[in-house]
Amino acid sequence: MATLSVCQPQYGGFSFENCKRNALLEAEITKLGCSIPAARKTGTTICGVVFKDGIVLGADTRATEGMIVADKNCSKIHYISPNIYCCGAGTAADTEMTTQLISSNLELHSLSTGRLPRVATANRMLKQMLFRYQGYIGAALVLGGVDCMGPHLYSIYPHGSTDKLPYVTMGSGSLAAMAVFEDRYIPNMEEDEAKRLVRDAIAAGIFNDLGSGSNIDLCVIKKDKVDYLRPHDEANKKGVRAGNYKYKCGTTAVLTKAMTPLNLEVVDETVQTMDTS
Amino acid sequence: MDRYFDQSIKGVSTGTTILAVKFNGGVIIGSDSRASMGGSYVSSKTINKLIQVHDRIFCCIAGSLADAQAVTKMAKFQLSFHSIQMESPPLVKAAASVMKELCYSNKDELQAGFITAGWDRKKGPQVYTVSLGGMLLSQPFTIGGSGSTYIYGYVDSKYKPDMSREECLQFATNAIALAMGRDNVSGGVVHLVVITEDGAEHVVIPGDKLPKFHDE
Repeated sequence: MATLSVCQPQYGGFSFENCKRNALLEAEITKLGCSIPAARKTGTTICGVVFKDGIVLGADTRATEGMIVADKNCSKIHYISPNIYCCGAGTAADTEMTTQLISSNLELHSLSTGRLPRVATANRMLKQMLFRYQGYIGAALVLGGVDCMGPHLYSIYPHGSTDKLPYVTMGSGSLAAMAVFEDRYIPNMEEDEAKRLVRDAIAAGIFNDLGSGSNIDLCVIKKDKVDYLRPHDEANKKGVRAGNYKYKCGTTAVLTKAMTPLNLEVVDETVQTMDTS
Repeated sequence: MDRYFDQSIKGVSTGTTILAVKFNGGVIIGSDSRASMGGSYVSSKTINKLIQVHDRIFCCIAGSLADAQAVTKMAKFQLSFHSIQMESPPLVKAAASVMKELCYSNKDELQAGFITAGWDRKKGPQVYTVSLGGMLLSQPFTIGGSGSTYIYGYVDSKYKPDMSREECLQFATNAIALAMGRDNVSGGVVHLVVITEDGAEHVVIPGDKLPKFHDE
Protein backbone atom coordinates (compact mmCIF):
# COMPACT_ATOMS: atom_id res chain seq x y z
CA MET A 1 0.00 0.00 0.00
CA ALA A 2 3.07 2.25 -0.39
CA THR A 3 1.75 4.06 -3.47
CA LEU A 4 -1.77 4.62 -2.23
CA SER A 5 -2.08 8.03 -3.84
CA VAL A 6 0.25 8.81 -6.70
CA CYS A 7 -1.69 11.23 -8.86
CA GLN A 8 -3.89 12.92 -6.29
CA PRO A 9 -3.88 16.70 -6.01
CA GLN A 10 -2.08 17.96 -2.92
CA TYR A 11 -4.12 19.33 -0.07
CA GLY A 12 -2.24 21.84 2.08
CA GLY A 13 1.38 21.51 3.18
CA PHE A 14 4.25 22.89 1.14
CA SER A 15 4.41 22.65 -2.67
CA PHE A 16 7.85 23.09 -4.16
CA GLU A 17 6.70 22.78 -7.79
CA ASN A 18 7.52 26.35 -8.79
CA CYS A 19 10.95 26.71 -7.17
CA LYS A 20 12.95 25.77 -10.28
CA ARG A 21 10.80 28.00 -12.47
CA ASN A 22 11.16 30.91 -10.04
CA ALA A 23 14.94 30.53 -9.93
CA LEU A 24 15.10 30.64 -13.75
CA LEU A 25 12.76 33.64 -13.89
CA GLU A 26 14.78 35.51 -11.26
CA ALA A 27 17.96 35.01 -13.28
CA GLU A 28 16.24 36.25 -16.45
CA ILE A 29 14.69 39.27 -14.74
CA THR A 30 17.86 40.45 -13.02
CA LYS A 31 19.60 40.27 -16.40
CA LEU A 32 17.04 42.81 -17.66
CA GLY A 33 17.67 45.02 -14.62
CA CYS A 34 14.30 44.53 -12.85
CA SER A 35 13.49 42.78 -9.56
CA ILE A 36 11.01 39.99 -8.76
CA PRO A 37 7.69 41.09 -7.12
CA ALA A 38 7.58 41.12 -3.30
CA ALA A 39 5.47 38.63 -1.29
CA ARG A 40 1.79 39.41 -0.77
CA LYS A 41 0.57 40.12 2.77
CA THR A 42 -2.85 39.10 4.08
CA GLY A 43 -4.03 38.10 7.52
CA THR A 44 -4.04 38.38 11.25
CA THR A 45 -2.81 36.79 14.44
CA ILE A 46 -5.28 36.53 17.33
CA CYS A 47 -5.12 34.34 20.39
CA GLY A 48 -6.48 33.82 23.88
CA VAL A 49 -5.46 31.99 27.05
CA VAL A 50 -7.18 31.06 30.33
CA PHE A 51 -5.18 31.92 33.46
CA LYS A 52 -5.83 31.62 37.19
CA ASP A 53 -8.22 34.58 37.58
CA GLY A 54 -9.59 35.01 34.06
CA ILE A 55 -8.79 35.39 30.37
CA VAL A 56 -6.10 37.19 28.36
CA LEU A 57 -6.95 37.97 24.73
CA GLY A 58 -4.34 39.26 22.27
CA ALA A 59 -4.29 40.55 18.68
CA ASP A 60 -1.97 42.27 16.20
CA THR A 61 -3.12 45.59 14.66
CA ARG A 62 -2.57 45.41 10.93
CA ALA A 63 -5.45 45.56 8.43
CA THR A 64 -4.54 44.79 4.82
CA GLU A 65 -6.30 45.50 1.56
CA GLY A 66 -4.66 43.25 -1.00
CA MET A 67 -1.05 44.40 -1.04
CA ILE A 68 -1.50 47.64 0.90
CA VAL A 69 -1.69 48.08 4.65
CA ALA A 70 -5.05 49.77 4.95
CA ASP A 71 -4.79 50.51 8.67
CA LYS A 72 -1.55 50.40 10.66
CA ASN A 73 -3.32 50.43 13.98
CA CYS A 74 -6.78 48.89 13.79
CA SER A 75 -8.56 47.38 16.76
CA LYS A 76 -9.30 43.67 16.47
CA ILE A 77 -10.55 43.09 20.01
CA HIS A 78 -14.27 43.88 19.97
CA TYR A 79 -16.60 44.56 22.88
CA ILE A 80 -19.43 42.10 23.31
CA SER A 81 -20.56 42.84 26.86
CA PRO A 82 -18.92 44.28 30.02
CA ASN A 83 -17.47 40.86 30.85
CA ILE A 84 -17.04 39.36 27.37
CA TYR A 85 -14.69 40.43 24.55
CA CYS A 86 -14.09 38.88 21.11
CA CYS A 87 -11.08 38.96 18.76
CA GLY A 88 -11.86 38.67 15.04
CA ALA A 89 -9.84 37.34 12.12
CA GLY A 90 -10.88 37.05 8.47
CA THR A 91 -12.91 39.65 6.58
CA ALA A 92 -12.79 42.84 8.67
CA ALA A 93 -16.35 43.92 7.81
CA ASP A 94 -17.73 40.50 8.69
CA THR A 95 -16.05 40.32 12.10
CA GLU A 96 -17.02 43.93 12.91
CA MET A 97 -20.68 43.54 11.98
CA THR A 98 -21.09 40.07 13.47
CA THR A 99 -19.66 41.10 16.83
CA GLN A 100 -21.74 44.29 16.90
CA LEU A 101 -24.93 42.38 16.08
CA ILE A 102 -24.36 39.75 18.74
CA SER A 103 -23.31 42.44 21.22
CA SER A 104 -26.63 44.30 20.87
CA ASN A 105 -28.67 41.08 20.92
CA LEU A 106 -26.81 40.02 24.04
CA GLU A 107 -27.51 43.35 25.73
CA LEU A 108 -31.23 42.93 25.06
CA HIS A 109 -31.05 39.35 26.33
CA SER A 110 -29.25 40.45 29.48
CA LEU A 111 -31.87 43.15 30.14
CA SER A 112 -34.56 40.52 29.68
CA THR A 113 -32.97 37.99 32.05
CA GLY A 114 -31.74 40.64 34.49
CA ARG A 115 -28.33 38.96 34.74
CA LEU A 116 -24.82 39.46 33.44
CA PRO A 117 -24.58 37.54 30.13
CA ARG A 118 -22.74 34.23 29.98
CA VAL A 119 -19.96 33.43 27.52
CA ALA A 120 -21.77 30.24 26.46
CA THR A 121 -24.75 32.38 25.37
CA ALA A 122 -22.56 34.60 23.19
CA ASN A 123 -20.93 31.48 21.77
CA ARG A 124 -24.30 29.89 20.96
CA MET A 125 -25.57 33.07 19.26
CA LEU A 126 -22.41 33.46 17.17
CA LYS A 127 -22.25 29.82 16.05
CA GLN A 128 -25.93 29.68 15.11
CA MET A 129 -25.60 32.81 13.01
CA LEU A 130 -22.43 31.67 11.26
CA PHE A 131 -23.87 28.20 10.59
CA ARG A 132 -26.97 29.77 9.05
CA TYR A 133 -24.72 31.50 6.50
CA GLN A 134 -22.82 28.25 5.78
CA GLY A 135 -19.34 29.80 5.93
CA TYR A 136 -20.03 32.74 3.61
CA ILE A 137 -19.50 35.15 6.51
CA GLY A 138 -15.72 35.01 6.78
CA ALA A 139 -15.40 35.55 10.50
CA ALA A 140 -13.03 33.42 12.60
CA LEU A 141 -13.37 34.50 16.22
CA VAL A 142 -11.73 34.01 19.60
CA LEU A 143 -14.37 34.65 22.25
CA GLY A 144 -13.40 35.02 25.89
CA GLY A 145 -14.96 36.25 29.10
CA VAL A 146 -15.62 35.70 32.79
CA ASP A 147 -19.13 35.00 34.04
CA CYS A 148 -20.76 33.50 37.12
CA MET A 149 -19.40 30.06 36.19
CA GLY A 150 -15.79 31.21 35.82
CA PRO A 151 -13.51 32.07 32.87
CA HIS A 152 -14.37 30.60 29.46
CA LEU A 153 -12.54 30.69 26.11
CA TYR A 154 -14.02 29.59 22.78
CA SER A 155 -12.73 29.53 19.21
CA ILE A 156 -15.42 29.93 16.55
CA TYR A 157 -14.80 28.98 12.91
CA PRO A 158 -16.53 30.60 9.88
CA HIS A 159 -18.65 27.52 9.23
CA GLY A 160 -20.13 27.59 12.71
CA SER A 161 -18.15 24.98 14.64
CA THR A 162 -16.76 25.90 18.05
CA ASP A 163 -14.13 24.55 20.41
CA LYS A 164 -13.92 25.25 24.12
CA LEU A 165 -10.24 25.12 25.05
CA PRO A 166 -7.73 26.59 27.54
CA TYR A 167 -5.69 28.26 24.76
CA VAL A 168 -6.63 29.07 21.16
CA THR A 169 -5.16 30.90 18.17
CA MET A 170 -6.75 32.00 14.86
CA GLY A 171 -5.78 33.81 11.69
CA SER A 172 -2.93 33.39 9.24
CA GLY A 173 -0.37 33.72 12.05
CA SER A 174 -2.12 31.10 14.17
CA LEU A 175 0.49 28.42 13.55
CA ALA A 176 3.32 30.64 14.75
CA ALA A 177 1.32 31.70 17.82
CA MET A 178 0.23 28.12 18.57
CA ALA A 179 3.88 27.03 18.53
CA VAL A 180 4.57 29.48 21.37
CA PHE A 181 1.52 28.32 23.33
CA GLU A 182 2.31 24.64 22.93
CA ASP A 183 5.79 25.26 24.29
CA ARG A 184 4.99 27.47 27.27
CA TYR A 185 1.37 27.07 28.34
CA ILE A 186 0.74 25.71 31.83
CA PRO A 187 -2.63 25.67 33.63
CA ASN A 188 -3.35 28.28 36.37
CA MET A 189 -0.75 30.87 35.36
CA GLU A 190 -0.43 34.21 37.12
CA GLU A 191 -1.62 37.35 35.31
CA ASP A 192 1.87 38.64 34.38
CA GLU A 193 2.96 35.26 33.08
CA ALA A 194 -0.19 34.97 30.97
CA LYS A 195 0.24 38.50 29.55
CA ARG A 196 3.86 37.75 28.65
CA LEU A 197 2.84 34.47 27.00
CA VAL A 198 0.12 36.11 24.87
CA ARG A 199 2.43 39.00 23.97
CA ASP A 200 5.09 36.53 22.82
CA ALA A 201 2.58 34.47 20.85
CA ILE A 202 1.31 37.54 18.95
CA ALA A 203 4.90 38.71 18.41
CA ALA A 204 5.69 35.30 16.90
CA GLY A 205 2.76 35.81 14.52
CA ILE A 206 3.83 39.38 13.69
CA PHE A 207 7.46 38.53 12.93
CA ASN A 208 6.99 35.14 11.29
CA ASP A 209 3.74 35.58 9.37
CA LEU A 210 3.68 37.83 6.36
CA GLY A 211 0.14 38.85 7.12
CA SER A 212 0.37 40.26 10.64
CA GLY A 213 2.20 43.31 11.88
CA SER A 214 2.37 46.61 13.77
CA ASN A 215 1.50 46.60 17.46
CA ILE A 216 0.19 44.10 20.00
CA ASP A 217 -3.13 44.74 21.76
CA LEU A 218 -4.08 42.86 24.91
CA CYS A 219 -7.33 42.53 26.82
CA VAL A 220 -7.24 41.09 30.34
CA ILE A 221 -10.68 40.05 31.64
CA LYS A 222 -11.08 39.19 35.32
CA LYS A 223 -14.15 38.70 37.49
CA ASP A 224 -14.86 42.39 38.16
CA LYS A 225 -12.30 44.18 36.02
CA VAL A 226 -11.35 44.47 32.35
CA ASP A 227 -7.99 45.93 31.26
CA TYR A 228 -8.08 46.94 27.62
CA LEU A 229 -4.38 47.55 26.87
CA ARG A 230 -4.13 49.27 23.53
CA PRO A 231 -1.34 49.29 22.59
CA HIS A 232 0.31 46.95 24.99
CA ASP A 233 3.50 46.67 23.02
CA GLU A 234 4.60 48.73 20.07
CA ALA A 235 6.54 45.96 18.40
CA ASN A 236 7.10 47.94 15.20
CA LYS A 237 7.89 51.57 15.89
CA LYS A 238 8.38 53.87 12.89
CA GLY A 239 12.09 54.54 12.49
CA VAL A 240 13.76 57.98 12.42
CA ARG A 241 14.69 59.18 8.95
CA ALA A 242 18.46 59.09 8.48
CA GLY A 243 18.66 61.42 5.47
CA ASN A 244 16.93 64.68 4.58
CA TYR A 245 15.80 65.33 1.03
CA LYS A 246 14.74 68.93 1.46
CA TYR A 247 16.73 71.39 -0.63
CA LYS A 248 18.00 74.62 0.92
CA CYS A 249 16.59 77.90 -0.35
CA GLY A 250 18.78 79.11 -3.22
CA THR A 251 19.93 75.61 -4.38
CA THR A 252 18.46 76.31 -7.83
CA ALA A 253 20.06 79.51 -9.22
CA VAL A 254 17.68 82.05 -10.85
CA LEU A 255 19.11 83.06 -14.21
CA THR A 256 16.51 85.52 -15.62
CA LYS A 257 13.27 87.10 -14.45
CA ALA A 258 10.57 88.39 -16.84
CA MET A 259 7.29 90.02 -15.70
CA THR A 260 4.25 90.47 -17.99
CA PRO A 261 1.24 92.45 -16.56
CA LEU A 262 -2.16 91.05 -17.66
CA ASN A 263 -4.93 93.67 -18.23
CA LEU A 264 -8.15 92.02 -17.18
CA GLU A 265 -11.69 93.42 -17.75
CA VAL A 266 -14.27 92.83 -14.98
CA VAL A 267 -17.21 91.10 -16.73
CA ASP A 268 -19.42 89.82 -13.91
CA GLU A 269 -19.43 90.37 -10.14
CA THR A 270 -21.50 88.24 -7.71
CA VAL A 271 -21.72 88.55 -3.93
CA GLN A 272 -22.69 85.68 -1.65
CA THR A 273 -23.60 86.67 1.90
CA MET A 274 -22.18 84.58 4.73
CA ASP A 275 -24.41 83.73 7.70
CA THR A 276 -22.32 84.96 10.61
CA SER A 277 -25.10 84.90 13.23
CA MET B 1 -22.10 3.26 4.60
CA ASP B 2 -19.78 5.77 2.93
CA ARG B 3 -16.28 4.45 3.42
CA TYR B 4 -14.18 7.51 2.84
CA PHE B 5 -14.85 11.10 3.88
CA ASP B 6 -13.46 13.45 1.22
CA GLN B 7 -10.98 15.90 2.72
CA SER B 8 -12.61 18.80 0.89
CA ILE B 9 -15.05 19.03 3.79
CA LYS B 10 -15.90 22.66 4.45
CA GLY B 11 -14.40 24.21 7.56
CA VAL B 12 -13.08 22.15 10.45
CA SER B 13 -13.51 18.43 9.80
CA THR B 14 -13.46 15.56 12.21
CA GLY B 15 -11.58 13.21 9.89
CA THR B 16 -11.88 10.55 12.46
CA THR B 17 -12.28 7.03 13.71
CA ILE B 18 -15.52 6.17 15.50
CA LEU B 19 -16.99 2.87 16.51
CA ALA B 20 -19.75 1.27 18.55
CA VAL B 21 -19.96 -2.36 19.71
CA LYS B 22 -22.67 -4.32 21.50
CA PHE B 23 -21.63 -6.63 24.34
CA ASN B 24 -23.38 -8.73 26.91
CA GLY B 25 -25.48 -6.21 28.83
CA GLY B 26 -24.55 -2.94 27.11
CA VAL B 27 -22.78 -1.07 24.36
CA ILE B 28 -19.39 0.58 24.11
CA ILE B 29 -19.09 3.65 21.91
CA GLY B 30 -15.66 5.11 21.19
CA SER B 31 -13.73 7.66 19.16
CA ASP B 32 -10.39 9.41 18.76
CA SER B 33 -10.04 13.11 19.66
CA ARG B 34 -8.59 14.96 16.69
CA ALA B 35 -10.18 17.76 14.61
CA SER B 36 -8.33 18.84 11.50
CA MET B 37 -8.45 21.58 8.88
CA GLY B 38 -7.50 20.73 5.33
CA GLY B 39 -5.70 17.53 6.25
CA SER B 40 -2.54 19.32 7.44
CA TYR B 41 -3.40 21.29 10.58
CA VAL B 42 -4.79 19.82 13.76
CA SER B 43 -7.19 22.46 15.01
CA SER B 44 -8.00 20.60 18.22
CA LYS B 45 -6.28 17.65 19.88
CA THR B 46 -8.88 17.06 22.54
CA ILE B 47 -12.37 17.30 21.15
CA ASN B 48 -14.97 14.92 22.48
CA LYS B 49 -16.83 13.35 19.60
CA LEU B 50 -19.13 11.38 21.90
CA ILE B 51 -22.15 13.60 22.42
CA GLN B 52 -24.72 12.61 25.03
CA VAL B 53 -28.14 13.10 23.49
CA HIS B 54 -29.95 11.50 26.42
CA ASP B 55 -29.18 9.70 29.71
CA ARG B 56 -28.39 6.37 28.10
CA ILE B 57 -28.02 7.34 24.44
CA PHE B 58 -24.79 8.64 22.92
CA CYS B 59 -23.93 9.79 19.45
CA CYS B 60 -20.53 9.92 17.78
CA ILE B 61 -19.86 12.37 14.99
CA ALA B 62 -17.81 12.30 11.79
CA GLY B 63 -17.49 14.79 8.95
CA SER B 64 -17.85 18.56 9.09
CA LEU B 65 -17.67 19.68 12.71
CA ALA B 66 -20.03 22.63 12.19
CA ASP B 67 -22.73 20.44 10.67
CA ALA B 68 -22.30 17.71 13.30
CA GLN B 69 -22.53 20.17 16.20
CA ALA B 70 -25.66 21.78 14.73
CA VAL B 71 -27.40 18.44 14.09
CA THR B 72 -26.60 16.91 17.50
CA LYS B 73 -27.78 20.02 19.36
CA MET B 74 -31.03 19.93 17.40
CA ALA B 75 -31.43 16.19 18.03
CA LYS B 76 -30.74 16.61 21.78
CA PHE B 77 -33.47 19.22 22.01
CA GLN B 78 -35.98 17.16 20.03
CA LEU B 79 -35.25 14.02 22.06
CA SER B 80 -35.65 15.70 25.43
CA PHE B 81 -38.96 17.16 24.26
CA HIS B 82 -40.06 13.73 22.99
CA SER B 83 -39.14 12.02 26.24
CA ILE B 84 -41.14 14.59 28.24
CA GLN B 85 -44.16 14.00 26.01
CA MET B 86 -43.84 10.20 26.28
CA GLU B 87 -43.10 10.38 30.01
CA SER B 88 -40.37 7.77 29.59
CA PRO B 89 -36.78 7.66 28.36
CA PRO B 90 -36.62 7.57 24.55
CA LEU B 91 -35.82 4.41 22.59
CA VAL B 92 -32.39 4.25 20.94
CA LYS B 93 -34.20 3.73 17.66
CA ALA B 94 -36.09 6.98 18.23
CA ALA B 95 -32.82 8.86 18.74
CA ALA B 96 -31.33 7.34 15.62
CA SER B 97 -34.51 8.19 13.73
CA VAL B 98 -34.32 11.84 14.77
CA MET B 99 -30.74 12.04 13.47
CA LYS B 100 -31.77 10.29 10.27
CA GLU B 101 -34.63 12.73 9.65
CA LEU B 102 -32.28 15.69 10.03
CA CYS B 103 -29.61 14.15 7.79
CA TYR B 104 -32.02 12.97 5.09
CA SER B 105 -34.10 16.15 4.84
CA ASN B 106 -30.99 18.30 4.58
CA LYS B 107 -28.80 15.89 2.68
CA ASP B 108 -27.77 18.50 0.09
CA GLU B 109 -26.45 20.93 2.68
CA LEU B 110 -25.02 18.67 5.37
CA GLN B 111 -21.75 16.74 5.39
CA ALA B 112 -21.85 14.70 8.59
CA GLY B 113 -22.40 11.06 9.53
CA PHE B 114 -23.27 9.59 12.94
CA ILE B 115 -23.27 6.42 14.99
CA THR B 116 -26.00 6.28 17.63
CA ALA B 117 -25.76 3.72 20.42
CA GLY B 118 -27.36 3.20 23.79
CA TRP B 119 -29.52 1.14 26.07
CA ASP B 120 -33.29 1.15 26.44
CA ARG B 121 -35.79 -0.95 28.32
CA LYS B 122 -37.52 -2.40 25.25
CA LYS B 123 -34.64 -3.90 23.27
CA GLY B 124 -31.63 -3.51 25.53
CA PRO B 125 -28.31 -2.46 24.01
CA GLN B 126 -28.45 -1.32 20.36
CA VAL B 127 -26.13 0.23 17.75
CA TYR B 128 -27.41 2.25 14.77
CA THR B 129 -25.50 3.97 12.02
CA VAL B 130 -26.81 7.06 10.22
CA SER B 131 -24.71 7.66 7.16
CA LEU B 132 -24.03 10.84 5.13
CA GLY B 133 -27.17 10.67 3.00
CA GLY B 134 -29.52 9.61 5.78
CA MET B 135 -29.50 5.80 5.69
CA LEU B 136 -30.40 4.19 9.02
CA LEU B 137 -29.09 0.70 9.76
CA SER B 138 -29.00 -1.43 12.89
CA GLN B 139 -25.88 -3.54 13.38
CA PRO B 140 -24.20 -5.52 16.20
CA PHE B 141 -21.13 -3.33 15.76
CA THR B 142 -20.14 -0.59 13.38
CA ILE B 143 -17.16 1.63 12.54
CA GLY B 144 -17.03 4.96 10.77
CA GLY B 145 -14.91 7.93 9.77
CA SER B 146 -11.83 8.15 7.57
CA GLY B 147 -9.78 5.93 9.89
CA SER B 148 -12.30 3.12 9.75
CA THR B 149 -11.06 1.94 6.34
CA TYR B 150 -7.86 0.70 8.01
CA ILE B 151 -9.58 -1.51 10.56
CA TYR B 152 -12.37 -3.27 8.66
CA GLY B 153 -10.27 -6.43 8.52
CA TYR B 154 -9.42 -6.25 12.21
CA VAL B 155 -12.98 -5.76 13.45
CA ASP B 156 -14.44 -8.34 11.07
CA SER B 157 -12.04 -10.99 12.30
CA LYS B 158 -11.93 -10.11 16.01
CA TYR B 159 -15.58 -9.42 16.78
CA LYS B 160 -17.50 -12.10 18.71
CA PRO B 161 -21.17 -11.77 19.72
CA ASP B 162 -21.87 -11.64 23.50
CA MET B 163 -18.43 -10.49 24.66
CA SER B 164 -17.88 -9.54 28.28
CA ARG B 165 -17.38 -5.89 29.23
CA GLU B 166 -13.60 -6.22 29.62
CA GLU B 167 -13.18 -8.11 26.33
CA CYS B 168 -15.27 -5.48 24.57
CA LEU B 169 -13.26 -2.61 26.07
CA GLN B 170 -10.04 -4.23 24.88
CA PHE B 171 -11.54 -4.81 21.40
CA ALA B 172 -12.65 -1.20 21.06
CA THR B 173 -9.35 0.22 22.36
CA ASN B 174 -7.31 -1.97 20.02
CA ALA B 175 -9.42 -1.07 17.00
CA ILE B 176 -9.20 2.68 17.57
CA ALA B 177 -5.49 2.52 18.38
CA LEU B 178 -4.82 0.64 15.16
CA ALA B 179 -6.79 3.15 13.11
CA MET B 180 -5.06 6.12 14.80
CA GLY B 181 -1.74 4.53 13.99
CA ARG B 182 -2.43 4.50 10.27
CA ASP B 183 -4.74 7.44 9.60
CA ASN B 184 -3.18 10.90 9.71
CA VAL B 185 -6.41 12.70 10.55
CA SER B 186 -7.20 10.48 13.55
CA GLY B 187 -5.24 10.79 16.75
CA GLY B 188 -5.01 12.20 20.23
CA VAL B 189 -6.63 10.22 23.04
CA VAL B 190 -9.24 7.47 22.93
CA HIS B 191 -12.64 8.36 24.37
CA LEU B 192 -14.85 5.42 25.33
CA VAL B 193 -18.30 5.39 26.91
CA VAL B 194 -19.75 2.20 28.37
CA ILE B 195 -23.56 2.34 28.43
CA THR B 196 -25.50 -0.23 30.42
CA GLU B 197 -28.79 -0.42 32.31
CA ASP B 198 -27.06 1.26 35.28
CA GLY B 199 -25.89 4.31 33.35
CA ALA B 200 -23.05 5.67 31.24
CA GLU B 201 -19.38 5.57 32.24
CA HIS B 202 -16.78 7.65 30.42
CA VAL B 203 -13.28 6.20 30.03
CA VAL B 204 -10.39 8.21 28.58
CA ILE B 205 -7.23 6.43 27.49
CA PRO B 206 -4.31 8.83 26.97
CA GLY B 207 -1.77 8.29 24.20
CA ASP B 208 0.91 6.71 26.32
CA LYS B 209 -1.46 4.07 27.70
CA LEU B 210 -2.63 2.90 24.27
CA PRO B 211 -1.75 -0.64 23.16
CA LYS B 212 1.32 -0.75 20.92
CA PHE B 213 1.46 -2.83 17.77
CA HIS B 214 5.05 -3.27 16.62
CA ASP B 215 5.59 0.50 16.80
CA GLU B 216 9.24 1.43 16.24
